[in-house]
Amino acid sequence: MEYDVVIIGGGVVGCAIARSLSKYTLDTILLEKEEDLCSGTSKANSGIVHSGYDPKPGTLMAQLNIEGNALIHTLSKELDFDFKENGSLIICREKEHLDQLKTLYNRGIANGVKGLEILQKEQVMQLEPNLNNDVVGALLCKTGGIVDPFGMTYAFAENAFANGVKFQCNTPVISVEKLKNGYLISCQNGKKFQTKYVVNAAGLYSDVIHNEVSQHQLHITPRRGNYMLFDKAIGNMVSHTIFQLPTQKGKGVLVTPTIHNNMMIGPTSVHMQDREDTSTTAEDLALIKELAQKSVTAIPFQSVITSFSGLRAAEDGKDFVIGEVEDSKGFFDAAGIKSPGLSCSPAIAEHLAKALVAKAHAQKKPHFIKTRQGQVRTKDLDPTAYNALIKKNPLYGKIVCRCEQISEGEIIDAIQRPLGATSLDGIKRRCRAGSGRCQAGFCTARTMEILSEQTGIPLEQITKNAEGSELLKGEIK
Amino acid sequence: MIIKELTCIGCPMGCQLTIEFDEIQKKLLHVSGNQCPKGNRYAHKELTNPTRIVTSSIKIEGGEIGVVSVKTQKDIPKSQIFPIMDAIHQTTVIAPVYIGSVLIHDVAGTHVDIIATKTVLTRKKESTDTTL
Amino acid sequence: MKYDKDLIIIGAGPAGLAAALSSKENGCTNILIIERSQYMGGILNQCIHNGFGLHTFHQELTGPEYAARYEKSIQDQHIPISLNTMVLSIAAHSVTYVNQTEGLVTLTCHAIILAMGCRERPRGALNIPGYRPSGIYPAGTAQQLMNIEGKSVGKRIVILGSGDIGLIMARRLTLEGSKVLAVAEIMPYSGGLKRNIVQCLDDFHIPLYLSHTITQIEGKKRVEGVTLQKVGTDRKPIEGTTMHFDCDTLLLSVGLIPENELSIQAHVALSPITHGPLVDDTLQTSVAGIFACGNVLHVHDLVDFVSEEAALAGKMASDYVKNGEKQRNNIPLHCKNGVRYSVPQSIDPLEMEQEITIRFRVTDVFHNRSVALYANKTLLKKIKKKILAPGEMETITIKKTQDIAWNEVQALTIQTEETV
Repeated sequence: MEYDVVIIGGGVVGCAIARSLSKYTLDTILLEKEEDLCSGTSKANSGIVHSGYDPKPGTLMAQLNIEGNALIHTLSKELDFDFKENGSLIICREKEHLDQLKTLYNRGIANGVKGLEILQKEQVMQLEPNLNNDVVGALLCKTGGIVDPFGMTYAFAENAFANGVKFQCNTPVISVEKLKNGYLISCQNGKKFQTKYVVNAAGLYSDVIHNEVSQHQLHITPRRGNYMLFDKAIGNMVSHTIFQLPTQKGKGVLVTPTIHNNMMIGPTSVHMQDREDTSTTAEDLALIKELAQKSVTAIPFQSVITSFSGLRAAEDGKDFVIGEVEDSKGFFDAAGIKSPGLSCSPAIAEHLAKALVAKAHAQKKPHFIKTRQGQVRTKDLDPTAYNALIKKNPLYGKIVCRCEQISEGEIIDAIQRPLGATSLDGIKRRCRAGSGRCQAGFCTARTMEILSEQTGIPLEQITKNAEGSELLKGEIK
Repeated sequence: MIIKELTCIGCPMGCQLTIEFDEIQKKLLHVSGNQCPKGNRYAHKELTNPTRIVTSSIKIEGGEIGVVSVKTQKDIPKSQIFPIMDAIHQTTVIAPVYIGSVLIHDVAGTHVDIIATKTVLTRKKESTDTTL
Repeated sequence: MKYDKDLIIIGAGPAGLAAALSSKENGCTNILIIERSQYMGGILNQCIHNGFGLHTFHQELTGPEYAARYEKSIQDQHIPISLNTMVLSIAAHSVTYVNQTEGLVTLTCHAIILAMGCRERPRGALNIPGYRPSGIYPAGTAQQLMNIEGKSVGKRIVILGSGDIGLIMARRLTLEGSKVLAVAEIMPYSGGLKRNIVQCLDDFHIPLYLSHTITQIEGKKRVEGVTLQKVGTDRKPIEGTTMHFDCDTLLLSVGLIPENELSIQAHVALSPITHGPLVDDTLQTSVAGIFACGNVLHVHDLVDFVSEEAALAGKMASDYVKNGEKQRNNIPLHCKNGVRYSVPQSIDPLEMEQEITIRFRVTDVFHNRSVALYANKTLLKKIKKKILAPGEMETITIKKTQDIAWNEVQALTIQTEETV
C-alpha cells in the first residue's frame, strides 16, 4: 500500500501530527500497536499544561512549551476538549530557597511566559487556604492549566480522521526498511506499508523505531511515575496545581485538581528497564503520600479512589528529538517526548509538519475542516437542553454510570463515534463511564452489555483493554 | 472410635464441639464444648446425616436476564451437592419461568425438586418502561 | 403548602419497599418510590442464597423470594413506583430525577425517605500495588455477573475479605466449577456470620488466612497471581511471611460504604463512623422531613432488621406528613467501652414511641459480657451476652418511661461492661 506518510504511534504526539499533516494533500495513515489510541504514556500522566518557566531558555523545548501552551488554549475550543487555566503555584517552604523562585521567575520571563508573579506568604495562603502553613512564598504562573489528556488525543485524532487521515490500531510495527525511495514498514499482523515519509511518534519505543534506520542510535530509559487519585468530594481542596521546589532529595510531587474535578497527587520518577512495567509499587505510593503531605498535610487518604502508573520516554540526550534524521532522509522523529510533552504536543506537531510538508512540497487542502465537536455530555446540559435531547433519543435519559452520571446514550456515542471505543477502558477514556468513586463496580455489567450489543462482540470476549484482558471466562457451568 | 472437631452453627455463638463418634455403629457417643442442647442436635445431624440447601442458577433462554435463580425445595444430603450441581448445569429452561415452579423433578435421585426462586419473564425489546 | 407528593422514597430495595408499605399502612396516600434499576428488590435480586426471612416470615428464604413477598404487597397496595429512574439531586423538599420517558423532572415533596443502600469499596481505595489488570472484582459485581448474566468471572479465585459477601461468593464460585484457593482477612477474626464460615469455607475446604492481606497483584492484562502477607497488630505486613497464589481472579469483599452522595447535597449530617446519616429515634435525619433506613443508614447483616427499621421509618415519615414537624429534645447517645456506634445516635425519651430498638455494633469480639444503657449515671437496662462480634449487629430495646427526670439528663450512654 503506497502512502505519502506513515505515522508510527497513536498517542497525543502522533495524533497531533496526524492533524497538522491533514491540512495538506498528503495520503497519511497512523499505525498504533495497542487496541486503542491514547494507550501509552498519553493515558497515564499528570494532565498538566505547563506554563513554560521550567525548560532552559533558548532550547527547542522552551519554545515548544510556550507555543504548545498557547495552542492548547485555542485548540481546546476549536476541537472541543476540556482545558482549564487554573494556574500553577510553585511553593517554597524555606526562606533560603526563595532565590530559587526568583531563578524560575527569570527563566520564565526569558522564555516569554506571561502572567508570572512572585507571591508573599499571605497572598499564597489566601489563594490556597489548605496549604501547610510553612509556605514562605510562591511563584504564580497564571497560564498554567490542566487538560483532559484523553480528550485532547481523541480530539486531534478525530479531526485528522475527518480530514482524511486513516488510522489502524492493533498494528504493531516490527521493522522499518529504507528503500531507494521511501520506506517499507512491516507489522506484526503481517501488513506491510510502503511510504515516502515516516513519522516516528512511537513513545517508549521511539528509540527502537529510530534505530531501524539510523546509525546515530537513540536510547530511551522509561521513567515510571505513580499517582493517586481522590474522590471528587475533595476535588477543590486546592484550586491551583501545586508544585514543590526541587530539593536535593528530588523533584517533589504535585497536588492538583484534575480537569474532571478529582484531586490527584504524584508522580514519582523511577528509572526502569522494562518498557511495559506500568505497575504501582508500595514504595512509590508511600513516597508520593509523604511528599504530597509536605504541601497539604490534611489530605484525607481514606478518600483515595485509585492509583495508577505511567512511563515517560526519556531519551539519554535529555531533550526532545524532533526533526528529519540526518542519515535517513524522509524519516522524521518526534522521539523522547517526556515532560512537558503533553503541553508541547500541538507545537511539536506544527514544527514537524512544517518540515515534512516543505520536504514533500505538499499543497494545502482547500477544504480543511477546522473544528471538531466532541460527544454530548448530559451532565453539562441545562434542564431544557437535556429534556430536548432525551425527547430526541431517550437513551440519554437512562443513567448507567451513577458516580459520573453517564447515560446509555453517551456510552453508545463513545463506541459509535469515528475511531470509537472497542473496550471498557476505551469507553472510560472517552465518556468517563467507570471512572468514578465506585470504580465501575456498579456499571461494569451494563457497560459490557452495551458494548456487546453495539459491536456484536460476545460478552465473553469483551476486554478491559488489549486482547488478553477479557473480563469473563465463559458461561457458568 | 473417631474424635472430630466441629463448629456448631445453631446460633452466633459458634461453639467449638468435640465429638466422639462410633463409625461402625454410626452412633454419637459424646459431645462436649456446646453451651446449649442445640449443639447436641447439630452434632448428631452433622455426623449421621449432614444436609444442606443448595442454591444456584439455571440458564434460561429468551429471558429478561441470563439465568433464573433456583434452590432445592428441601435440604439434601451433603454428599449429593455436586451431583445436583451437575444436573443443574445440564439443564436449560425457556422463558417465562415463574417463582416456585419445579424446574428439575427429583434431582439426582434425591426425591427433592429444584424450584425457581424468582420469576423471569420473556425478554422484550429495549425496556424504556418506567411503570410496572 | 401543597407538594407534588407527600412522600418520595429513594430506592426500591428491601428498605424502600418496607418503608413504602409501612407509610401507606399508617395513612400516607400520595407516595412515589423511585428506583434506578429495571426491577424492585435491590441487591436481593442477586442474593440467590438463603438465610433471609427467619425473623420476618419465620421461614428461610432466598433473597429473590424475600423480595418477591414485598413486591407483591407493593402491587397489591398499588403504590406508585418509577423504575429505570435515577435521582440526580435532592433538597429538603424536592427530588430531581431523570428517565427515558419523562426526561428530567423535579417534584416537590413533604417528606423523603433515603433508602439508597450502599456501594462496595474498590481495589483502588486500598492502594494494593501492582498492575490494573482485568479479573479484579468487588464481590458484588462478580455476584451480579454470575447471578444475573450467568457468566463465569474466573477459574482460579483468591478472595480478599471474609465479610459475608466474600464467603457467599466463595461457595457460589466453587459450586459453579471454579477453584477458590484462599480467603484472606486482615483482621484476626472473620467479618462474616459463623454459619457462612462453615457452609461456605469449611464445607469446601477453602483455607481462611486471618491476619493476612494482599500486598501485590501480578498480571498486566489479566490477573496472574497475588501475594498474601501476614500482618501484625498494627495491620502492617510482616517481612518474610509472603505466600504466592497463581490465580486469574481476585474478588474483593473489603467494605461497604453507604451511598450518601444525595444526602450530602441536601445537607444531611453524616456520622463519620457509619458514613450514614445521623438520626434520632424516629429515624429522621438532621434535615426535617428527611428520614433514612437500611444500608444507606448503616450497613446491615440481616435483611430482616432492614425491613423492621424501614417499617419504622415509613411510619415516622407518615406521622410527619400528617402532623408536621414535632418539637423534640433529642439527647445524644454516646457509645463507649467496646460499642462502636449506635443507630439512632440521639433519642427524645419523652416523645419516643412506647418501645424503641437501638441497633449497635461492637469494636471487637467479646465473650460473656453485658451491654448497658445509662441515662447520666442511672442504669436503664442491662442485657447479658455470651458473645458479641463486630460482624453481628446487636439490638437493645428500651421502653418509654416517666420514672427518670429526663430534663436533667445530658447524655445517654451505651457501653459493654463486665457481667456481674
